[in-house]
Amino acid sequence: MTGGDAPVVEGASPRSATQTGPIRAVPVRHPWRWAMAAVLAVLVAMLVHTLAFSTTEQPHATGSRFGWDVIGQYLFSSHVLDGVVVTIELTIVAMAAGVVIGVLLAVMRMSKSRLLSSVAWVYIWFFRGTPVFVQIIFWYNIAALYPHLTLGIPFGPSFVTLNINSLLTPFIAGSLALATNEGAYMSEIVRAGIISVDEGQAEAASSLGMSRSKTLRLIVLPQAMRLIIPPTGNETISMLKTTSLVSVIAVPDLLKSAQDIANANYRIIQLLIVASIWYLAMTTVLSVGQFYLERHFSRGSLRSLPATPLQRLRQDLTRLRPQGKPRAEAMAKEFREALDPLLHGRDPLGAPHD
Amino acid sequence: MIEPMVRAEQVWKSYGSLDVLRGIDLEVSVGEVLCLLGPSGSGKSTFLRLINHLEKLDAGRLSVAGELVGYRERGSKLHEMTDREIGVQRAAIGMVFQRFNLFPHLSVMDNVTIGPVKVKGATKAVASERAVALLERVGLKDKMASYPAQLSGGQQQRVAIARALAMDPKLMLFDEPTSALDPELVGEVLDVMRGLAADGMTMVVVTHEMGFAREVADQVVFMDDGEILEQGVPSVVLSNPTNDRFQAFLSKVL
Ligand SMILES: Nc1ncnc2c1ncn2[C@@H]1O[C@H](COP(=O)(O)OP(=O)(O)OP(=O)(O)O)[C@@H](O)[C@H]1O
Ligand SMILES: [Mg+2]
Repeated sequence: MTGGDAPVVEGASPRSATQTGPIRAVPVRHPWRWAMAAVLAVLVAMLVHTLAFSTTEQPHATGSRFGWDVIGQYLFSSHVLDGVVVTIELTIVAMAAGVVIGVLLAVMRMSKSRLLSSVAWVYIWFFRGTPVFVQIIFWYNIAALYPHLTLGIPFGPSFVTLNINSLLTPFIAGSLALATNEGAYMSEIVRAGIISVDEGQAEAASSLGMSRSKTLRLIVLPQAMRLIIPPTGNETISMLKTTSLVSVIAVPDLLKSAQDIANANYRIIQLLIVASIWYLAMTTVLSVGQFYLERHFSRGSLRSLPATPLQRLRQDLTRLRPQGKPRAEAMAKEFREALDPLLHGRDPLGAPHD
Repeated sequence: MIEPMVRAEQVWKSYGSLDVLRGIDLEVSVGEVLCLLGPSGSGKSTFLRLINHLEKLDAGRLSVAGELVGYRERGSKLHEMTDREIGVQRAAIGMVFQRFNLFPHLSVMDNVTIGPVKVKGATKAVASERAVALLERVGLKDKMASYPAQLSGGQQQRVAIARALAMDPKLMLFDEPTSALDPELVGEVLDVMRGLAADGMTMVVVTHEMGFAREVADQVVFMDDGEILEQGVPSVVLSNPTNDRFQAFLSKVL
């Protein structure tokens, strides 16, 4: 096994302290860590037992306490899968619209016009100051307030009149509620990102003759991304879970689908577990994406990148063999390089290339 | 009569109650190099930024190539220009900043081509060809694909000059272009500026490099406290300053 800058001679004689080379010291012992680990091991065993092996206490029923057979039966049922699709759609629509609203609000907020910045301020104040749950119910019932949507000249003649009740399906009402609410939160994230970009950047762009909108689009926003992306990832994960609130207005999302089934077969816990498994799976996928995105965008601002979970696993596995470490690093480098083109749209801060 | 490139008449500028510029009168002819000297806080940067309307003047008249900067004159009334109109004026005035202000998310090539492509509507191919020529001129043709963070300060400033030149400006403004540089990198930037001056570019340069001023400038202006205190040909005013504060200033920087 070769590789690394500091090759280790196998079977080398013990080195004295003055000699250079890899350090082989006796590590500090941690008895309390071992005690804690023992306690945790017992707790984990109990958890596994109750999850997998304990039987139900319900009269006239057999099988495992958690009803894994029922869970397995419904996990991939078409009704649940439809719900998963609706949840994903809601998340995408709400986040996409939320980001657009957020950018608009952030720009309005920073505008020199008092009117624009006040309107943005009131919007943010209102939508952050009331529960999103209330906003969802509000949008669902807005037809009671405005039964018709009329297109025409304000205070003048109208051209088209639309019926809000038929226009505002539960899905659209839910998306609107989530998007308008998300916009208020995204605007603060975008604003923080824009503020972080050095003023000299906008000045340099202006001095080339760029208009304000081009400056924002081509120079400021791309640089603000480094600060905007990580919290937006968090918002997306949070949104995925928040979409479950729209089940209250009968949007057939994941939670609503699970509830529908449970209403028919009374296996409430099992179907909640089905829903939870799906939520966990989806948030896990998003978290992994988030990790790599953040890692990518931290280039140029961190001196060394945090190890990926795979790299950490490798390091743990190879720690026992001293020669293994350079190799693990070489593999990690290979892995990074293989991954690079996938993540590499354009290097935001120009990390050194080889 | 030939219009001067820059004409300032009684230019005033204040921030709140602080009068930063108090009646500046100045002319820069076409092809001339003017060096603006003065202690910190005297208003040099402010004056430079007025010329391309990064700041608005409060009183007086300021024109570049015979056109008022930032305003349109109709009859006896001044009308503010739109963002777009000001953009057209700025595109013809290159500016080089003390802290370079290169776009860090763009390669050197993209830094130099973004102006022509996005502001003037040049094609990528034409802009690239011109960028290569400009980068060659500032001695950085081999750094085309690099990002600003990978360059030394002197290299960054030379890219910034190329970026400004890519717009084919008729006037170049330099705000202490070498002040943020390590001493050994100052020369390479001044050399590029010397070349520009020799090619007949009209330049207004705020600098503390007396050697450069003496050698390259056609006109030297000393400013303090928002006023011009001394003005003239470098061989005369730098050797025999008459104003006390200018004398004191020169004895400090030389
Ligand atoms: N945006 C601003 N708001 C308030 N005061 C300002 C602003 N910009 C500049 N000033 C003030 O105006 C004065 C002149 O500033 P200016 O930057 O023009 O000086 P300078 O001659 O370029 O100095 P230096 O050599 O330090 O760059 C200073 O007192 C400064 O504090
Ligand atoms: Mg200055």
